Amino acid sequence: MKPLDPRLLRHARPARTFLALTVLLGAVTTGLVLAQAALLAHVLAGSFDGRGSSELRTALGALLAVVAARALVHGLAEAAALHYAGTVRSLLRRRLVAHALRLGPQWTAGARAGEVATVATRGLDALDVYFARYLPQLVLACITPIAVLAVIAGADLLSAMVIAVTLPLIPVFMILVGLHTRARTERQWRLLERLGGHFLDVVEGLPTLKLFDRAEAQAKVIAEVTGAHRRVTMRVLRVAFLSAMVLELLSTLAVALVAVQVGLRLLGGDVPYETALLVLILAPEAYLPLRTVGAQFHAGMEGVAAAERAFEVLDTPPPRRPAPGGAVADLRRDPIVLRDVTVRHPERDRPALENVSLTIEPGERIVVLGPSGAGKSTLLSLLLRFVEPSAGTVGFADVPVEAWRAQISWVPQHPHLFDGTIADNIRLGRPDASPAEVRRAAARAGLAEFIASLPDGLDTRVGERGARLSSGQRQRVALARAFLRDAPLVLLDEPTAHLDPLTAHGVQETVHRLAAGRTVVLVTHDPTWTRLADRVVRIEAGRLTESPPPRPRPHRALEMAS
Amino acid sequence: MTATAAEPLERRRPLPWLLAAARPVRGRLALAALLGAATTAAGIGLLGISGFLIARAAEHPGITALSIAVVAVRALGVGRGVLRYLERLTAHDAAFRVLGDVRVRIYRRLARLAPAGLRPLRSGDLLTRLVSDVDSTQDLFVRGVVPVVAAALAGGGAVAACAFLLAPAAGVLALGLLAAGALLPALSSASARAAGRRTARARGAVSARVVDALAGAAELHAFGAQDRALAAVAEADAELTAQSRRGALVQAAGAGLASLAAGLTVWAVLLLGVAAVEDGTLGRVPLAVLTLTALAAFEATAALPAAAAQLAETRAGAARILDVLDAPDPVAEPATPAPPPEPPLTVRLRDVRARYTPGGPLAVDGLDLDLTPGKRVALVGPSGAGKSTVAALLLRFLDPAGGVITLNGTDLTAFAPDQVRRLIGGCPQDPHIFDATVRDNLRLARPDATDAELADAAARARLLPWIESLPDGLDTRVGAHGARMSGGERRRLALARALLADPALMILDEPTAHLDRPTAAALTADLLRATRGRSTLLITHDLTGMEEIDEIVVLDAGRVVQRGAHADLIARPGLYRTLWECSVPDARAAAP
Repeated sequence: MKPLDPRLLRHARPARTFLALTVLLGAVTTGLVLAQAALLAHVLAGSFDGRGSSELRTALGALLAVVAARALVHGLAEAAALHYAGTVRSLLRRRLVAHALRLGPQWTAGARAGEVATVATRGLDALDVYFARYLPQLVLACITPIAVLAVIAGADLLSAMVIAVTLPLIPVFMILVGLHTRARTERQWRLLERLGGHFLDVVEGLPTLKLFDRAEAQAKVIAEVTGAHRRVTMRVLRVAFLSAMVLELLSTLAVALVAVQVGLRLLGGDVPYETALLVLILAPEAYLPLRTVGAQFHAGMEGVAAAERAFEVLDTPPPRRPAPGGAVADLRRDPIVLRDVTVRHPERDRPALENVSLTIEPGERIVVLGPSGAGKSTLLSLLLRFVEPSAGTVGFADVPVEAWRAQISWVPQHPHLFDGTIADNIRLGRPDASPAEVRRAAARAGLAEFIASLPDGLDTRVGERGARLSSGQRQRVALARAFLRDAPLVLLDEPTAHLDPLTAHGVQETVHRLAAGRTVVLVTHDPTWTRLADRVVRIEAGRLTESPPPRPRPHRALEMAS
Repeated sequence: MTATAAEPLERRRPLPWLLAAARPVRGRLALAALLGAATTAAGIGLLGISGFLIARAAEHPGITALSIAVVAVRALGVGRGVLRYLERLTAHDAAFRVLGDVRVRIYRRLARLAPAGLRPLRSGDLLTRLVSDVDSTQDLFVRGVVPVVAAALAGGGAVAACAFLLAPAAGVLALGLLAAGALLPALSSASARAAGRRTARARGAVSARVVDALAGAAELHAFGAQDRALAAVAEADAELTAQSRRGALVQAAGAGLASLAAGLTVWAVLLLGVAAVEDGTLGRVPLAVLTLTALAAFEATAALPAAAAQLAETRAGAARILDVLDAPDPVAEPATPAPPPEPPLTVRLRDVRARYTPGGPLAVDGLDLDLTPGKRVALVGPSGAGKSTVAALLLRFLDPAGGVITLNGTDLTAFAPDQVRRLIGGCPQDPHIFDATVRDNLRLARPDATDAELADAAARARLLPWIESLPDGLDTRVGAHGARMSGGERRRLALARALLADPALMILDEPTAHLDRPTAAALTADLLRATRGRSTLLITHDLTGMEEIDEIVVLDAGRVVQRGAHADLIARPGLYRTLWECSVPDARAAAP
């Protein structure tokens, strides 16, 4: 991990301004530190020689001015750090989300969405500490020791040599200690993780423990495991704290050495008192920024780690798509043709779809039956153009993606509801729809009664991920989206798999209404859906086999019934 | 249990509560604070004594006049690093010891509340957050208490040393240290807290928009709504950035003022010192000691802003813990429990009502039910009908809000909850699989079970073929939440566990939930076979195999709407027939 990632300066231009400002303020701070030391030494030496406060008035006045200036610069630096931390955080957050969306739904699928969301929110908050505490100290650690060393060298060469020898030892020793302890620490880490997870596991399992009357017995185990955790952690810390000790030891020992040798030479009359005082006051200042950086190291590295995770996403190239040829397709009259299509997911041995050929005529209702993992969802992703074929051809490859998707309504297995109102969620595919249209779509999806029972009706907020609705209601909102979008092709993925039978039955009826007059592809492992189908296609291990329709166009009867 | 039962349920204050928990290790904490104070004092002393060394040397005395100072300076130079190392080890060790205690105390209280009292925590990751709050309590001691005490001791020591030299200067130093170490950190942490409260809403909005844009990415692409989602992120983010900038100015002012307090103090001490030398009340050597001590003394306050922030953070975490711990008991323990009933067991429910929150909606409303020896009863109905609440009542996880439940004629609430659960058990709706071996997970039900007994129970739950296929057999670790098992294997493990416990009344709550149809059908067949001839309450919305059940009770919105045998129930229209037609493929064709 680099202390200053060049990618930070590349991805977030304001970080460059901040770095320049920090170097400037760091230089001013260093100048003020030097001035303060010189003035202190001057006043102390003057008083030693018998001069009174009136004679030292100028120096005392200057010292007051330096003190005020240091406070001002310190406040400015803090304000600048927090300001730019906010700017960079906001910039990276927006870029990160935009880029993750550009990488496509296949990339954000699964656990990754949550991971990136964590990086984009809490993760980037760690940049505050990085900008406000770590980076300025890092800059000071580069400027101050050299400036201090130069001034001390000008005053007393021998003291300068003591510092010049010990100062570089600090990073060297810290690296050595770090290298030596890393292997040991990593070995303990896995054990620590397991012991650390025990408490959560037991608390989560409390109902089960109570059921078997084992809850009280576990209290003793918790005490034991926590004790074991403590012993292992202390073993790790005894080694880990060594590097901090080396840092403290070297810096204070060096100050002590400087004090003793300059004192002894002063005794012999080789050094003037004012010079000796200046050296003594300045010597700790040479080590202070290094010590502060050391203390902020972990907090700073958290910021670096968060930024690195953000850059990993930002540096992922978006998927390549064949250039659209500008062709248009109208799914009301054009069939959808897949010929020998194979889809491979990266990091997977077996292709998700293999040599699949399928022609979907306009108005046709196809039910794709197959067990989980057979490639059903990949087939829908292909039609939605979330994935591109690895081999074979699709008839719509030339159509611009946006124009293609505009003709599709999609009802996924677990529809995502956005943290807004029910109406906002239904409007997803048609933001300009009138309230009356939204109301009609909701009613057709079977939501009328539920919405009427809510004090705020369609304007009721659904909560994060639609948490305030039941899974059946969420599914109906997804269906209402499809009704409102009124697209010629409807794709459905296991629309009732996780619902209780009664709710599932109601949703099934609604899907039959939605299917009327549209092209439908529905993937499921539930054979009761074949009632909807003109054609049933089976899928197994990525391969399609056609099977005859169970009954000739049974949905006609349903249409008449509804 | 007795220790927690005695704990008062009135509103407790978070930090005093945590500090009281640390009483057993106060010796170690005091040692850590002393070592911390010694570390800081070594740094201050190093500069002060070095000042003496140089100023005295400037008077050109003999070398012997300096020898003690030389030794002291060298000793302090070495000692500081060692002291710091010891302080950190001692503080961490003490904090971990407190954590062990705190965990057990909180666990005991949670055990009393679980599961009904923990319902508010069930959603999302609130339980995970509670556990991480518990674990963060150790930071209070390492980063909060020890540095504050150490700074107070070291700062006090520096002031005392200066008081020997020049009393007014010591007064100025004391004021300066208080301003930079106590007043300003307190003010800035109060303002940070206020800012945190102000930005909490904006922070939540940003988080919600970001999660929407990423977790809803597929929908956004499918419906062409990416740009709208990004605009929503940008808008929420701009609001948050603007709000946090307002807090930043206060923070920057605080940093500048702390620096000013330190600088002004040194300046004032120097001014007083020079004047005192001038009128002869202070020697010229002590002047250097005084000034350099004041200069170094502000090292003591350097760690305090971080400590103040830590205290605020821990207080918030401890308050969240107390919110949970101080919740009322969901179940009343009888003062003198009735002697446990002897099997065979007859359980009767008469006009039973139940609710989860006082004044909340009734989850069960007027239920009558007889569970007699050897009888198998099924409780069916749509999600939210109150089925699992009946299980909670029978397991004494929840007390009835009305009506009466009797066990062999005695009121259920007269028995100790643990006794009841030795007789009434089974599979909870969401059985927890522990991150341990298969054997440990099974033995939970009967700690003294032999391997043959484990194998027998596993065989009856049809888990044995899976166990035998594992290279380590019963000693295989199953991972957190049984991550290395399939959904069906987890359910079978829970069933085997229930069979091993062998309760007089077996409750199986949605044993086939979240399983695909063939797996569910196979498991249902197995559990019907395994429970033949034993008192069983089967809670389900999956109606396969209902022909074998003695009595089916259909619940809807907490009330019984139908009851009877399967053949009778499907013969007449009603909720049961609708459910059956919906859940069993080709039920319509099979219906009479």
